[in-house]
Amino acid sequence: MSSNTVEFNIGQGREMGVGGAGTPSPLAPFDIPEPDIGTERMLINLGPQHPATHGVLRLVCELDGETVTEIVPHIGYLHSSFEKLGEYRTWNQIVPLTDRMDYLAPLIYNCAYVMSVEKLMGIEVTERCKVVRVILMELDRIFGHLLWLGTTAIDVGAFTPFLYSFQQREKIYQLHEALTGARITTSATRVGGMMADLPKGWLDQLVEFVDEFPKTLGEVHRLLTGNQIHIGRTQGIGSISAADAINYGFTGPNLRAAGVAYDVRKDRPYYDYETYDFEVPIGEHGDCYDRYLCRMEEMTQSVGLLRQAMKRLPGGPINVEDPNISLPSKTDAMSDMESMIHHFKLITEGIPAPEGDCYMAIEASKGELGMYVVAEEGSTKPVRWRVRPPSFVNLSVIPKLATGHLLSDLIMINASLDIVLGEIDR
Amino acid sequence: MADDSISGLDAVEEGPVSSSTDSGGGQGSTGSPDEHPTLAALLDRYPDEIVRYRLNAGDQYVVWMKPDRSHEILEWLKDDADHLYDMMSDVTGLDYGNGRPINVVYQMYSTTYKLALRIRCELPLDALEIDSVVDLWQAANWLEREVYDLFGVTFRNHPDHRRILMPDDYAEGHPLRKDFPLRGRFSRAEQTRRALNQDVERFYLAEDLVRGGAPQEVAAAEVGGAISPSESDGGET
Repeated sequence: MSSNTVEFNIGQGREMGVGGAGTPSPLAPFDIPEPDIGTERMLINLGPQHPATHGVLRLVCELDGETVTEIVPHIGYLHSSFEKLGEYRTWNQIVPLTDRMDYLAPLIYNCAYVMSVEKLMGIEVTERCKVVRVILMELDRIFGHLLWLGTTAIDVGAFTPFLYSFQQREKIYQLHEALTGARITTSATRVGGMMADLPKGWLDQLVEFVDEFPKTLGEVHRLLTGNQIHIGRTQGIGSISAADAINYGFTGPNLRAAGVAYDVRKDRPYYDYETYDFEVPIGEHGDCYDRYLCRMEEMTQSVGLLRQAMKRLPGGPINVEDPNISLPSKTDAMSDMESMIHHFKLITEGIPAPEGDCYMAIEASKGELGMYVVAEEGSTKPVRWRVRPPSFVNLSVIPKLATGHLLSDLIMINASLDIVLGEIDR
Repeated sequence: MADDSISGLDAVEEGPVSSSTDSGGGQGSTGSPDEHPTLAALLDRYPDEIVRYRLNAGDQYVVWMKPDRSHEILEWLKDDADHLYDMMSDVTGLDYGNGRPINVVYQMYSTTYKLALRIRCELPLDALEIDSVVDLWQAANWLEREVYDLFGVTFRNHPDHRRILMPDDYAEGHPLRKDFPLRGRFSRAEQTRRALNQDVERFYLAEDLVRGGAPQEVAAAEVGGAISPSESDGGET
């Protein structure tokens, strides 16, 4: 689908050069001299409190007329020192910090963190746990993309997709709640498994969502994909070449929209992603419209992945059966002396890790999410827990993308990058 | 990760789930350069610059490198036709505390050869300087700024060497250092006093558009100026 984006040519002719100099004035026949107003540059401060910056992002822009000539982004307004806090917490206690980073797709962050710790410790999770985590991650990919879809559509003046996508997000919220008890701060994973297995009826609820969601997605497609206003606002806006996109550190749909087929799920597969059947949509122009198409297609692919994962979901335990890693059941801890000791040791001491470091990259909804954990011999807390935040690096490209465009296009470019400030500032 | 668990775990007799302290350490091994073509090439080409290497977490090669010629070697890794590490995934810092050197960690990936490599440069605390790689990978721009902000490592020739997450006038030092207390160096009272006294207008001046320039210095004198961190009544360790 992404390859035929050029079919929509409306808006392509709108060259976003500087200031529109050289274009004949519509008043030319009347021979009125144009006022000379193109000299003074204006300084505009956008944010940190502005709905179109999608969080507490501040962009200081220098404008020539309406054309942006320079952008200096300022971040850090939401800095919560998660990485520092992590150094004071045991491995499992860090999980609640992770979902507060990308609160738009919290389960991906939960999973990514424990995957990295498990890899560092050499823990092999059960087959069921793997498939459950794949389900959760794909579900939250849709969850994150839906928020991007709704808010981006609003930024270009389309209100209806927002309502449609948030209706569907509510369904995922309910799935979160049924699974973890929380709608946003899920904290669903533990080192060596999950907080709990899937509750009864959860999969039926998921099937219901998976069956219904593509219809809504189709409706949004009808509203936006061929919409001339949307095309005019997005095509040719904020484009980047493939080589630049790699060099500037783009990952995720932003990179793929530029034509680079880099998807961590395909290139560095984890959790048997190589055995799933899914396509990686690739754009051509690297502009806002291609990013839109890539994300729309990714949601469709995620639905397919959810169906496949549900089909192959095996039975068996969800947690690793090692008393040094997984908590015993409450009944055991209360009735069996050995289990109680394990429970006590795990809670008070935590899980000792071997010396070393581990960088685990996964494909989050925003791009390559890397979790880098460093441990010393036997340490139950990380020496360093580093999150390689995809939107942090993606956002750093905005001066390159938006310079030379109109201020209103800057809003669109910012929206199309799909940032979340909780993760940028950490 | 089923496919990943074989190579590095061969040495572990207890199986992959063992985690008790006395059997730990089995995860890391020296590995073999034959398994990683870039590591072999690095050892061959820059034998004096490579301090040591290690195989961590099953399949991840880590290379410790001297910081002096880091830019040259990283440039070679990026441009050499046999390696082409075109993606700088991450640049970060790492402090073990107790006066041990601070590490600058590069996570690199080659989209051509689908190979990942982690390079660590150890910088002693009295010489926290390394060449910036922004001219090679633009992605490193904000990442290096973050390392400077949180660890105090200076990146030579960085085009925009400012703090990024902490405010520009943050005077308490570099928060991710191990000697930095969790609640900050200043007492709550001092932090509040500074917050109330700051000139808010200052953040909305045209000078905000000025980039680059000399790295912002957080002088020890400034930290200890109004109230010495050691004398502050914060009480945090």
